[in-house]
Amino acid sequence: MTNSFLMRNPSTLWFLLGLSLFTIVVTALSDAGVGVMSTSFVKTLGKTLCLCLIAVAMDVVWGYCGILSLGHFAFFGIGGYAVGMWLMYARTEGIVLDSFASQTIPPTPQEVTDAIGNQIFGVVGSSEFPMIWAFSDSLILQLLLVVLVPGVLALLFGWLAFRSRVTGVYLSILTQAMTLALALYLFQNDSGLRGNNGLSGLQNIPGFEDTPQSTISLAFFYASALAVGLGYVLFAWITSGKMGSVIKAIRDNESRVRFLGYHVESYKLFVFTITAVVAAIAGALYYPQAGIINPAEIAPIASIYLAVWVAIGGRGRLYGAVIGAAFVSLLSSWFTGGGAPAIPLGFYTIQWTDWWLVLLGLSFVAVTLYAPKGIGGLFDYLVRKPS
Amino acid sequence: MTRVLIMLAMLLGFSPAAQAQDLQNLLQTHAEEVASPGRRTVGVVLDDLAGSGIPQVATFLEQWQEKNVWQGPEGLFFIATEDGDTLSLTDIDNGTQSSAPAVGFTQLKPNGGVRRVIGTALVQFQLMDPDLTRRTTAVASIARRPEASQLAPLLGSIEGESDAALKARKIQLANFLSASFADDPADRISAITSLSTDVSVEARAVLNQILTTSTGVAAQLPSDANIAHVLTPGAEISLDAAYALLIDDGLATPITTAEEIKSALAANIVDGRVGDVPVVQLNTTDNRARAYAQLAQAGTVPALVTATNRDATLAGYVFFETYDEDNATITTAAKTALASVETRVAVGQAADLTLDALSLASIYFLAAIGLAITFGVMGVINMAHGEFIMMGAYTGYVVQLFVPSYTASIIIALPLAFAVTFGAGVAMERLVIRHLYHRPLETLLATFGISIALQQLAKNIFGTQARPLTSPAWLDGALVFNDVVQISYIRIAIFVLAVIFLFLILFVLKRTRLGLEVRAVTQNPGMAASMGINPDRINMLTFGLGSGIAGIAGVAIGLYAKVTSEMGADYIVQSFMTVVVGGVGNVWGTLAGASLIGFLQKGIEWLNPSNTLAAQTYMILFIILFIQFRPKGIVALKGRAAAD
Repeated sequence: MTNSFLMRNPSTLWFLLGLSLFTIVVTALSDAGVGVMSTSFVKTLGKTLCLCLIAVAMDVVWGYCGILSLGHFAFFGIGGYAVGMWLMYARTEGIVLDSFASQTIPPTPQEVTDAIGNQIFGVVGSSEFPMIWAFSDSLILQLLLVVLVPGVLALLFGWLAFRSRVTGVYLSILTQAMTLALALYLFQNDSGLRGNNGLSGLQNIPGFEDTPQSTISLAFFYASALAVGLGYVLFAWITSGKMGSVIKAIRDNESRVRFLGYHVESYKLFVFTITAVVAAIAGALYYPQAGIINPAEIAPIASIYLAVWVAIGGRGRLYGAVIGAAFVSLLSSWFTGGGAPAIPLGFYTIQWTDWWLVLLGLSFVAVTLYAPKGIGGLFDYLVRKPS
Repeated sequence: MTRVLIMLAMLLGFSPAAQAQDLQNLLQTHAEEVASPGRRTVGVVLDDLAGSGIPQVATFLEQWQEKNVWQGPEGLFFIATEDGDTLSLTDIDNGTQSSAPAVGFTQLKPNGGVRRVIGTALVQFQLMDPDLTRRTTAVASIARRPEASQLAPLLGSIEGESDAALKARKIQLANFLSASFADDPADRISAITSLSTDVSVEARAVLNQILTTSTGVAAQLPSDANIAHVLTPGAEISLDAAYALLIDDGLATPITTAEEIKSALAANIVDGRVGDVPVVQLNTTDNRARAYAQLAQAGTVPALVTATNRDATLAGYVFFETYDEDNATITTAAKTALASVETRVAVGQAADLTLDALSLASIYFLAAIGLAITFGVMGVINMAHGEFIMMGAYTGYVVQLFVPSYTASIIIALPLAFAVTFGAGVAMERLVIRHLYHRPLETLLATFGISIALQQLAKNIFGTQARPLTSPAWLDGALVFNDVVQISYIRIAIFVLAVIFLFLILFVLKRTRLGLEVRAVTQNPGMAASMGINPDRINMLTFGLGSGIAGIAGVAIGLYAKVTSEMGADYIVQSFMTVVVGGVGNVWGTLAGASLIGFLQKGIEWLNPSNTLAAQTYMILFIILFIQFRPKGIVALKGRAAAD
């Protein structure tokens, strides 16, 4: 089945081929191979792959289904928080047990919990474990939460929104408000997730303290590449065939699809929820590589950047989203990281760290106005020249 | 109250016997004490002086405090100034000037403590001073440190007070003092009762002062004390706090803490065991308790005191709060008065909250009104609207750099901000939005691109730190109704500005040619065009108008908050919410939306005062739910205009 599906969608096959090639090249260049690529760059590439995954999800919900969600980065963040809780708990537990080992009297379970609580929540002036940390000692349960919490949230929010026929820009504003509410909530110290300190030290994987970061980063790179590959195939499958046609038809004319007898809300809800779950998985892979997560990461602006990537890459084609996310985020880190040379104008020197956002904003306007199909559109034009 | 006044007037009345005496004689009876006064003992002298009624006492006390009094060789006191080897002397009774060699005279140098006591005594003289400033200072000093002794002179000075405001203040203060210090309980009660209509912080402090309590513990409730209430451990007082009281009184021993148990165990490990418990098994509370009990039995450690012991001990005692004031009638009166004051304060707070909410609503309204035109009327979603607000605020800041007068600069800044953002709006409409009228989602993204570019541009030009936009001096301060209800003038100004804009925009939309054309174009551009209206021109002007108003809102918001490059982003989501909640396409709707959001936010903040972030979170959640039930907003368009 999959085989024939891939055969019918050569672009997916090409994408998987490119991704495998990319993975092999990175492995060869990294410490595992000839070692010319630094560990931090492998991490950057791994993170970029996670961003590509959420961009693909965003493309499905916006480019295919026409729902401009400005809330998908919130799901990304929730995924990161869910996995971060376990990472932080397990690592702190290890440290605490080590420190108890030197004492003559073995600790009671209560003492261990108190000490971990103190370590984690000391920065927000508390030592109690909040309710939401109830499962943080179990990796499996937290991984389940990575999927469940955003899934349920998206289902609930989508059901409320689609049921009352909130569409277009109203839905965008509503999703943005949801993101803002979540970010503001997490900014509080008593939210139970360490307020604006966020969760940190996530790059240290419990149980692998002795493994060098170069190996860990490569492992996460593989995991991210695998996730992108699987996510891509999943979404390519969803957006092709009969269901894909309905989804695209909803984007083009929702009322007409409804009159044809399709239950539009169910389709939208399905797309909204599954993309939210994939976004959360991307987040769960991203933050262990980034090492830190805080509420600023899920501020509404992040979700808008996501839309920017997809728009620049080209909506309505999955590889466009991948290209956009990779291109813009790598370019962005090149410019803001001081990689781009400053341009002296005689009377003023353009520092790209200051001017990059201006350039991005304006080029975004230009893309919207003059190249609504984005970079992917260009790609289309080259590959399939209209006869 | 009158009774108190009469009584004190009598008390203060000049008795003929005292008048016959002169100051020098009086001082001589206390010569030793005057020459070397002590902080505790000088009171007798001062009481005598104050009671004597001799008019020169005030001057003498002032000079004494200033260390200008010298004692002569015969023990007589003079006011003197040192001039080389000679002293110019002034007689303390009749003011006769003379001079004498300094030899044999000693300067009186009362120490700091004594001078303060003298100062307090002086207050009663200053209360009657002909100089208004000195009287005011004296009254203020009484208000700062009220004492029983000041009551009589204060009451005495009320009658002759010529300044109406100060007289009222004196009567109020005298009332406070008699509530706390009057000798006759009936006087105190009548003063306390009269405070029940006074919501000032001072009056509440006086009442609370009378009602101060201290916590006590005893085996049985004492019958002679003025008991405020009995405290049940675990309910009104926490178990630990109650137990701490017992420990303080030496009636109990502290609970053995886990830490103490642990260190006791660690100190008594014998052959890898504590008692008969192996060390490895000491990882549960139960095993530790068992091991500790064995140690306690052997007498090596003090007996274990557990929470159970604590509760048993607590059961044997009664905890209570007693009023520091012994007289129960007075405390009852004060309680009644305080309850009535608190009711009034609560009403005042509700009024204050309403004013706060109103001013927050007007800020949201100002921020959103421009959006109500561009988004509400034209249907263009402009994410850069917040940046127009920021532009307006920075325009104000730049104007203030060049125009030093704050009043003039604001008058210049308002139209200039309108002009700048009008221009920016028109430019944006011409260059970008015009091409996207049929792609609303892309308008959102394109204007967002402009928004991040403008924000970063502002950061590059003005830096990241907040810039001040100073309001003119006549907007400083607040309109004070009483200690509870007050509102700053700047908030009133913003409210007035919001009202002006509401009517201005209603006027423009409903009563002018432009408004007619705007409504025509938004309802049906094609038909409007065929009637000779140029839709392009109208769209441009409407968008410019909406943006220009955002600029003016920026100046107003900048006066009230700081000007930063991110200030627009702070308002954009709320502004969209305001328009959506209120109902798109209707200025009244925006007003309703702003009021709802403003009042809601203040209300939630009042329920949860520590946390404005939580208030915003809950408010947004409420709005999301609200839109579920009224998707078209509070004021929904009906009929043909609603179709889109």
